[in-house]
Amino acid sequence: MSQRYVTLTATKTSRVALLVFLAGIIALAIAPHLVPRSLLQDFILVFLLIAMAQCWNLLAGYAGLISVGQQAFVGLGGYGLFAAIVSFGMDPLLAVLLSALCVAVISIPVGFVVFRMQGAYFAVVTWVVAEVFRLLLAQWKALGGGTGTSLPRSATSDMFGLNWAAEVFGVRSAAAREIVIYWAALAVMVVVIAVVYRLLRSRLGLALSAIRDSEMAAESVGVDIGRAKFAAYVFAAFGTALAGALYFLDSARISPDSAFSVLDWTAYVIFIVVIGGIGTIEGPVLGAIIFVVLQSTLSSFGPWYLIVLGVLGIAVMLLAPKGIWGTFSAATGIHLFPTRRRLGAAVPREPDPEA
Amino acid sequence: MGFLNTIIQGVLLGGLYALYAAGLALIFGVMRLVNLAHGDFIVLGAFAILAIATALGLPAPVAAMIALPFMFAFGWALQRLILNRTLKDDLLVPLLVTFGLSIIVQNGLLQVFSADSRRLSLGALETAAFNVGDITLGVVPALTFVAAILVLIGLSLLFYRTRLGRILRATSDSVEIVEIMGVDPRKIFAIAMGISFVVIAVSAFFMGVRANFDPSAGPGRLLFAFEAVVIGGLGSFWGTLLGGVILGVAQTIGGSISPEWQQLSGHVVFLAVILLRPRGLLSRAA
Repeated sequence: MSQRYVTLTATKTSRVALLVFLAGIIALAIAPHLVPRSLLQDFILVFLLIAMAQCWNLLAGYAGLISVGQQAFVGLGGYGLFAAIVSFGMDPLLAVLLSALCVAVISIPVGFVVFRMQGAYFAVVTWVVAEVFRLLLAQWKALGGGTGTSLPRSATSDMFGLNWAAEVFGVRSAAAREIVIYWAALAVMVVVIAVVYRLLRSRLGLALSAIRDSEMAAESVGVDIGRAKFAAYVFAAFGTALAGALYFLDSARISPDSAFSVLDWTAYVIFIVVIGGIGTIEGPVLGAIIFVVLQSTLSSFGPWYLIVLGVLGIAVMLLAPKGIWGTFSAATGIHLFPTRRRLGAAVPREPDPEA
Repeated sequence: MGFLNTIIQGVLLGGLYALYAAGLALIFGVMRLVNLAHGDFIVLGAFAILAIATALGLPAPVAAMIALPFMFAFGWALQRLILNRTLKDDLLVPLLVTFGLSIIVQNGLLQVFSADSRRLSLGALETAAFNVGDITLGVVPALTFVAAILVLIGLSLLFYRTRLGRILRATSDSVEIVEIMGVDPRKIFAIAMGISFVVIAVSAFFMGVRANFDPSAGPGRLLFAFEAVVIGGLGSFWGTLLGGVILGVAQTIGGSISPEWQQLSGHVVFLAVILLRPRGLLSRAA
């Protein structure tokens, strides 16, 4: 076998981290057994916000696309879900998936429009598009028009997995419904993290990292910038819609203002990514946990709470733009989800024991 | 005659949007900054005028005149203390910092003034109207349009006839070169933001006398301003008037079909323009 260099992304830490991560998922999966119901709702919110934040981070932290209109996909995901359940009586979980797929398809023509603008202009155009969808869906009379609508209780009464969860945990159907949604939210988070991680370690990820570092240099070595960005945009739309649909399945109530809220689905998500650490996979996870803790302790302060979030976000942006995880990682060299490629030693290539 | 009337009301509404857009275009022109808090600063200006008018018992126009220098100082300080730190090559920091400012301003106003919608009072002038042929024009909308033209003339004179304007244009062309010439671009940026805030104060006054406003009105104003800038063509003062008028006409025509279509038709026209002519209607390159 000839000598050749190998490129590595995994490190010893990351292999351990992966095992800890898998153990953590298993622990979270059985958590409904252990934690009180009120905490379960916080967990669901954390999972969904992590999924959304990973998607925004993929755009802003890697693809150089700053969107302030991701609420478009949350709202479309939610309305798609309600339409599928109310109009076609579809199983809720199936409807979540179908709705997110439809949103991914919708995001393609939307992408053609918003990609006409670059940089800061791209950001504002995504916001305009979200407003257009909000105004359009406010006219959908079957789903309550401007005031919105609620899911009938019967819609989730024979939901997939409900009886099973009720039996395993020995709970009533209302609690079982919450557990099923909890699992689904956990699954959405794990899938989004896994896909983003996998994506960033693939050729497309290399292209995105190159774009992040220098768009011009990336183009000059043959990266198809437009295609890489578009792919990231469509995946982010899918992931965001998945989380959005699940959120509205959980809350069982939707209105145009809540579904397309720039504060709830973009400002909070940006705060999460910025605080946690933009351009890392660990950052949004950390940021979402911090955010939900802050929210459950401080949100009773009303406007003051949001002013504090705004000040905190600006301070981090100006003083520590890498965020908590980025700063920690730069100081210690620890990457739990490394996406950086390192050149391995010039050793004969051995069969990878982990492959 | 109904249709012509709709068009003319739309043109006058476009004057207000041109005022919103002029302040945004000025900042983008000089320092390539898209100020996501622009709309919220307009609303802040309206509340400031309202507060001055109420506290001192003055009519709204006098209160607006008093507010002008304070708004200039506020914009100047904002640029010197915060925004100058964001202007590096990176796109992310200025966008996210102004987005954060938008949240802070909205909630600050909510805390101080509550969520109630307010209006700047002009007494009898509010409902005054005059006739041109068969068309009835409101005095306030007509004055807004005149103000927009005056502001644009003022900005053009400032930019193309004065020494400061020459420096502003030079800074816009190349920060490095003006630095070599001994100009501190950070000071120029602060002056530009101050001027933008004067325009914001003027827009705030006319917004406040034309319609109700509340602390959450900012993002909507930002989107209208942005749409007018892009439709008219980036980096052109008179383009903002054209863009504002097109947006205003699109909205009033949409609104005459159905109230829900007022904002929507404006957005749709904007999206159509960026699909067909992404550099705007008045740009030289297609």
